Amino acid sequence: MVDTTAPTTTAMRELEPTARPRAVRKPRGILVPLWLGYVFLYLPILIVVIMSFNASENLFVWKGFSLRWYPELFADEKIMQGLGNTLIVATGATAIATVLGTLLAYGIQHYTRGGLIRAFAIAPAILPDLLLGIGLLTLFSLASITLGLHSVILAHGVFATAFVTAIVLARMANLDPSLEEASRDLGAGALRTFMRVTLPQLAPGIVAGALLAFTLSIDEFVIAFFTTAPTQPTLPIVIYSMVRFGVTPEVNALATILLLVSVVTVIAAQRLTRLTGSTR
Amino acid sequence: MTSTNHPAAPAARTVRRGLAPVPFLAPGMIYLILFMALPVGLLAFYTFFKRGRFGGIVFEFTFDNWAKLLEPLYVGVILQSIVLAGIVTLLALLIGYPMAYAIAGLSPKWRTVALIAVVLPFWTNFLIRTYAWILLLNNAGWVNQWLQGLGITDAPISMLYTPQAIVVGLLYMYLPLMVLPLYASLQQLDPSLREAATNLGATPWRAFRTVTLPLSIPGALTGCIFVFVPAMSNFVIPELIGGGKTIMVGNLVRDQFFEARDWPFGATLALLLTILLVIVIVVQTAVSRRLTEGPRRG
Repeated sequence: MVDTTAPTTTAMRELEPTARPRAVRKPRGILVPLWLGYVFLYLPILIVVIMSFNASENLFVWKGFSLRWYPELFADEKIMQGLGNTLIVATGATAIATVLGTLLAYGIQHYTRGGLIRAFAIAPAILPDLLLGIGLLTLFSLASITLGLHSVILAHGVFATAFVTAIVLARMANLDPSLEEASRDLGAGALRTFMRVTLPQLAPGIVAGALLAFTLSIDEFVIAFFTTAPTQPTLPIVIYSMVRFGVTPEVNALATILLLVSVVTVIAAQRLTRLTGSTR
Repeated sequence: MTSTNHPAAPAARTVRRGLAPVPFLAPGMIYLILFMALPVGLLAFYTFFKRGRFGGIVFEFTFDNWAKLLEPLYVGVILQSIVLAGIVTLLALLIGYPMAYAIAGLSPKWRTVALIAVVLPFWTNFLIRTYAWILLLNNAGWVNQWLQGLGITDAPISMLYTPQAIVVGLLYMYLPLMVLPLYASLQQLDPSLREAATNLGATPWRAFRTVTLPLSIPGALTGCIFVFVPAMSNFVIPELIGGGKTIMVGNLVRDQFFEARDWPFGATLALLLTILLVIVIVVQTAVSRRLTEGPRRG
């Protein structure tokens, strides 16, 4: 991996001015576009984080350091209601998705041949959110189901299930089937084998899938926008109306907290999936 | 109890009839049929009926909704969306390719860090990232302040609420989705191929052009799909960063549902969008397959 001894016949061609022992020559300049890309990706976020500590109400003038926006954020009833709603929705959708997704993944892995059911189960992850949002709105309206948090939970459960299924399937592909077989050969029943052998091995994948589902649900805007009642906005919907109708610097503080939560979650999920020993 | 039978040829995957498949597959499948297949099917059904007066539907069969798509106004919006999403995709490819290439060349430890650094912004709330660009592009915003501070301009430039701002916003949202599949395809490449090229006297640039670049085209196509599809149906950025002046298909759909109260036509637009995206994906898959399995030039 590290040192490939390539049998280079030196100076085969005069086109090759220096035959280096290192097979792949990496010019330093290759990192420049990467750094520029990072500047592009992080500058906007950085501005928001910095301005969350601004003493002034003006979003475009720095007036010194202050923590005033953080307490104001927690005193803002709209934002707190949105946060509460978002957590309820994310918890509900994650619960649905974790159970259904794990069962689906196991069923697909063990009982299906061909990819039709697998494709169907993962389709919501690819389907445009706009289509799913208006489709569900149409369905709820036709079935006379009143909109509220329950309808958002059902809607979020759809794409969340797809992600949990995909991650658990990936984890399952790396499992050693002989463990299950050994358990069966030693006389454990199918259910007991599933509970005692399969499930514990899948646990890291299930947790990573649940984390991902939870994070996605917290951030999801379009589907929630179409499937919730105006009186029950989730946090992204609250932010959306704030951005539309005049922003207070509280949004900066909120953004900073959400950013921290995302960072912690992503790193946790990354560690978990590494624990699962996914072979590259 | 159960007799274990030993198959002569070990199957790739043992299908054991220990637990019936029904308890595993049924709950999830029923759920997805109810809340994914049924809603989409319902939308398709709605496209052939008349609108109700207050957002409902009247069950009178008609082709009017599909005919309406041919009106110049709607054709214009659809073409404009394709152009904008296309520009975003192209820019993402031009910026994302060098990034993915650089990451693939890092040591394994730094690779993970660099990848997480690409993905992290994507995990930041979508609306907050949109709002960040409002702070940057506003007339009194930070970009204008810096430009004037550096003496490049002496008056604010109107950047927000333009089609260009929409492109920047969409590019910012979906750039990570371009980098990931590109990186995956680049790091799978067998380094000995490039070595062989350089040993045979190719310059690094030529080795890249004749070996690395062609082999990474499937990854690039996947990245293009990952960017084009969400960019095409986004309605938040055209509204918040574009100021609602430049309408894309997504905005039209949203307006049909919440303002015009014409659900059947909204459903038709959304389905047209989906059909377009499916066509794009099918073409991309076919091209990728041709490239990876096609006859090699001897």
